[in-house]
Amino acid sequence: MPIPTERKFYGKGVSGCATCDGAFFRDKKILVVGGGNTAMQDAVFLTRFASKVTIVHRRDYLRAAAIEVERAKKEPKIEWMIPWIVEEILGNKSVTGAILRNPQTNEEHHVQCDGIFVAIGHDPKTKVFRELVKTDESGFIQVEAGSTRTSMPGVFACGDVRDLVYKQAVVAAGHGCMAAIDVKHYLEKKG
Amino acid sequence: MLKTNLRHLETEAESKEVLENNENVMICCGRMGPMCIPVYGIMEQLEDEYSHVAFHDKDFDIPAADFIKSLPECSSFMGLPFTVYFKSGKVVAATSSVQTKEQITKILDKVFGK
Repeated sequence: MPIPTERKFYGKGVSGCATCDGAFFRDKKILVVGGGNTAMQDAVFLTRFASKVTIVHRRDYLRAAAIEVERAKKEPKIEWMIPWIVEEILGNKSVTGAILRNPQTNEEHHVQCDGIFVAIGHDPKTKVFRELVKTDESGFIQVEAGSTRTSMPGVFACGDVRDLVYKQAVVAAGHGCMAAIDVKHYLEKKG
Repeated sequence: MLKTNLRHLETEAESKEVLENNENVMICCGRMGPMCIPVYGIMEQLEDEYSHVAFHDKDFDIPAADFIKSLPECSSFMGLPFTVYFKSGKVVAATSSVQTKEQITKILDKVFGK
């Protein structure tokens, strides 16, 4: 989240890992920020501990798979704030609340909460390559389907920089193998 | 077991031995999650530069982690990893959740010196 106080509250109510930190929020009120699969899964997981979980998402639609959204919608502890943006995190020693803003109406809303779980996806850290190869709106390097070839001949992409779905080491390793084969073919063609 | 290049502390006896035999000790107690991995990475980077500090990690889910979890300095923590700095066996600083390299070096310099 582009909020200056986010880092200040790491370990004091703000977290990026529901699996690890969820248990610290037993009977607490939590916001989960995001609209993708991770946000839905985190929200459902956090209902094991929290008294209330509110999903806050900036858009008026969700990117998450329908089955993940349905699971979250069936959970009575989950509430929804869509489309709302976390504008500011409130608290002194730890999180006590947040100021939300509706991007469509600019209305502001103050919510009381003890924790904020950020589940807005990953930054692929590809800024350095963005003038070299085509990337999508989230920064993931675009490759030709079924290969590791990028928009720049002779440049091949593998791993999480080009994978916005799986993000698994074993998948990245597979991409690495694909890239090696693609490089070999490329060099053979070049003679 | 944590998949890092740091020296792991897996038993209470190992922890005790490290604290008894080293004046300056940094222990990062966590899992292999997104808030923990960056801290291990920074510790690995700093090991050579801070040769007067013993850098260790500890799995949060093993019995030997109770020692860290039960420290009064960690009682209000709400996020992994729990990172604790010991000087002559006593806690001199402790942090919760992910930290930047700048934040870690600032603490190291303050409590252990450069």
